[in-house]
Amino acid sequence: MSVLSDDIRSRITALLPRYPSKQAVTLPALHLVHDEYRTVSNEAIVEIAGLLDLHPSEVHDTMTFYEFFKHDGDKLGKTRLWVCRGLACMLRGAYELQDHCEHKLGVKCGQTTADGKITLEFAECIGACDGAPACLRDDVQVMDVTTEKADSLIAELQR
Amino acid sequence: MTFEPTLLARVNKPNSPKLEGYRADGGYAAFEKALKDKQPGDVVTQVKDSGLRGRGGAGFPTGLKWTFLPKDHPGPIYLCINADESEPCTYNNRILMEKDPHQVLEGIMLSCYAIKSNRAYFYIRYEYGDAYRTLQAAIDECYAAGILGKNIFGKGFDLDIFLHRGAGAYICGEETGLIESLEGKRAWPRIKPPFPAVEGAFRKPTIVNNVETMACVTQIVRRGIDWFKSMGVPPDPKNPRDAGSYGPKLYTLAGHVEKPICVEVPMGITCRDLVEKHGGGVWKGRKAKSVNPGGLSMGFLDCTAPLKGEDGKTEYDIPLDFNGPGKVGCLGLGTAAVTVIDDQTSMVDVLHNVCQFFSHESCGQCTPCREGTGWMLKITDRLRRGQGRTEDLDVLVDVADRIGIIPGTTICGLSDGAGWPVKTAIRKFRKEFEDAIRTGTKSKHAKPLAMAAH
Ligand SMILES: Cc1cc2nc3c(=O)[nH]c(=O)nc-3n(C[C@H](O)[C@H](O)[C@H](O)COP(=O)(O)O)c2cc1C
Ligand code: SF4
Ligand code: FES
Repeated sequence: MSVLSDDIRSRITALLPRYPSKQAVTLPALHLVHDEYRTVSNEAIVEIAGLLDLHPSEVHDTMTFYEFFKHDGDKLGKTRLWVCRGLACMLRGAYELQDHCEHKLGVKCGQTTADGKITLEFAECIGACDGAPACLRDDVQVMDVTTEKADSLIAELQR
Repeated sequence: MTFEPTLLARVNKPNSPKLEGYRADGGYAAFEKALKDKQPGDVVTQVKDSGLRGRGGAGFPTGLKWTFLPKDHPGPIYLCINADESEPCTYNNRILMEKDPHQVLEGIMLSCYAIKSNRAYFYIRYEYGDAYRTLQAAIDECYAAGILGKNIFGKGFDLDIFLHRGAGAYICGEETGLIESLEGKRAWPRIKPPFPAVEGAFRKPTIVNNVETMACVTQIVRRGIDWFKSMGVPPDPKNPRDAGSYGPKLYTLAGHVEKPICVEVPMGITCRDLVEKHGGGVWKGRKAKSVNPGGLSMGFLDCTAPLKGEDGKTEYDIPLDFNGPGKVGCLGLGTAAVTVIDDQTSMVDVLHNVCQFFSHESCGQCTPCREGTGWMLKITDRLRRGQGRTEDLDVLVDVADRIGIIPGTTICGLSDGAGWPVKTAIRKFRKEFEDAIRTGTKSKHAKPLAMAAH
C-alpha cells in the first residue's frame, strides 16, 4: 500500500516536465506532501525518491537541511503560526509577543497544542517589517500583531 | 519639482495586479516592441548603457553580468529570479510582486529575450504566500493571452516562467545557494569561479537577478536610458572603479520610525532625509541612536558620530547610494533596508539579535562561518546576561574580522555579513558595551541558560 495518494503522486509527476532534472522536483514534492499529510514520513520519503529516481537518503538530506518539514513522527497542527523574531519586529515587541503566545497556548515554539489546532514557531524576518511585530499564519502575513490581536487570532484558530 | 514614483506608480491602483489594468497603463508594449524591432543584443546594450546595478545587495552592473554569458551558446540558458528576500528588514520585492506583478514579469521577459533564454525559474521564499499566488495568477493570465508560451506575439520567441517556492532558509538568497536549492539539493553555496553565467543551474549558463532589478529593466526599456540616468548619483571621478548609482530606488523603512513604509526616491537620498521626510521621524519623539542602512549584513551607523570634514554633519547624513555606507565603515548599500534604532534601546540586545540570526542561518558548510557565528552568538548572549568579560569585545571583533570572502576564509558572503554588524557595533558603540560589562547590566530579554535553546 502506498502512503501517498494517487492525487499527490500525479501532482508530483506533473511537475517533472518543468525541470531538466527529476531531482529539482524534490522541494515542490516535499511541500505537496507536507501540506497534505502535515508531516513527511519515512515511507513518504521512500515514495518521493521512487518518483524522482533518487535514493531516499538524497530526499532526506535535502529535507532536513531546511528545518522546515516535520518528520520522524512529529506532525504539524491544523495551522502553523509563526512569530517573527527579526530585528525590526524585536524593536517593536516581538520577544514579548512570542512569550505571550507561548503562555497563551501552553507550548514552546516548535511545539503543537494538545488539541492539534496550532503549531507555534519562531521565524527569522518574514519580510513584513512594515507591520512589525508580524506573524505568519501558514504562509499569509499578519501585520501589526498586538497582544490583543494575537489573542483574537488564536481564538479564531482554536475554533 | 516633486518626484513621481515609477516602480511604485501602480501599487495603489485598484486591481493593480491584473493584466487588463497593466495593459491599459501601457504594459507589455515595451516587450512587444522589443520582439518586433530589436535584436537581443540591443536590449543588452540598452541595459548596460543605463548603468543599472543589481538591486539584490551586491550592486553588480546588470548589463555587464549578462555579457559574461558564453557567446553563441547552443543553450539552454536560464534566468533565475531571486525573490528569496530574506535579508532582515527588507520587503520591497514583496510589494512589487504583490501589487504590480506584471511589471516584474515584463522585466523577466525582456531579460530572457536579451540573454536568449527560453526559461526563467522564479525562486520565491515560502513566507511570501500572497505574492506567490498573485504571481501565479499573473503568469496564468499571460499564458492565456499569448504573452508567455510558444511563439509570443507571433515573433518566434518562446518563454516559460516557473515559480519555485523556498522553505525558509536565508542562504537560498545567495545566488549559488539558490541554484543548489532549485536543483533539489541542500542549499550549500558553490565555490566560485565558475560563476553562474558560465556554469549555473543544471550546469548551464545562468543569470541570477533580483525582482527589483527586473522592474527596473521594464522601465529602462520603456522609458529609455536618459530617463534612468536623470536620477541618482554619477560615478565618483576620483574612483575609476565606481559605476555610479543611477535610477530610482525602493527603500524600506523599519524599526523605530513613525511610519515604517517602502518609498521610491532617486538613489542617493540621505539617511536623515529618508527617516525624517518619509518615515515621519523617529517614533515617540525620540532620537536615533543607530541606523542599519541596508539590511543587517551592512553593519551600523552611529547617528551622533561626526562626519570628517563635513561641518555639523554626522553618519546619519550619509547618502544612501552604492558608495555612501562604505564611507563610514559599513559594508555597502545592501538591500537599502533602513532600520532605525532609538536612543533608549540597548546595542547589546540589538547585536545579540543580529548574531542570533546569522548563527541560525549559516549553512554550516565552512568551519569559520559555522563556528564563528556560533561563538559570536554565545558571547553576545553572555553579554546580554550581564556576564560579559572585558576581553569579549576584542574576541568578537577578532572573529568578525576573520570570517568571510573578504578575508578569504569562507565560500560565500553570509559570513562577511555576519561579521560586519559585529565589528561596526563594537567599534562605534564600544563605551556602551564596556559599561554593560563593567556594571553587569542584564538585558530584560535575557533568559536563564536552559531556556536559551536557539
Ligand atoms: C547570504 C546572502 C544572501 C543573499 N540574499 C539575497 C536575496 O534574498 N535576494 C537577492 O536578490 N539577492 C540576495 N543575495 C545576492 C545574490 O547573491 C545575488 O548577488 C543577486 O541575487 C544578484 O541579483 P542582482 O544583480 O539583480 O542584484 C544574497 C547574497 C548573500 C551572500
Ligand atoms: S560562508 Fe557560511 S553560509 Fe556561506 S557557504 Fe560558508 S558556511 Fe555556508
Ligand atoms: S523583522 Fe519581522 S518581518 Fe522583518
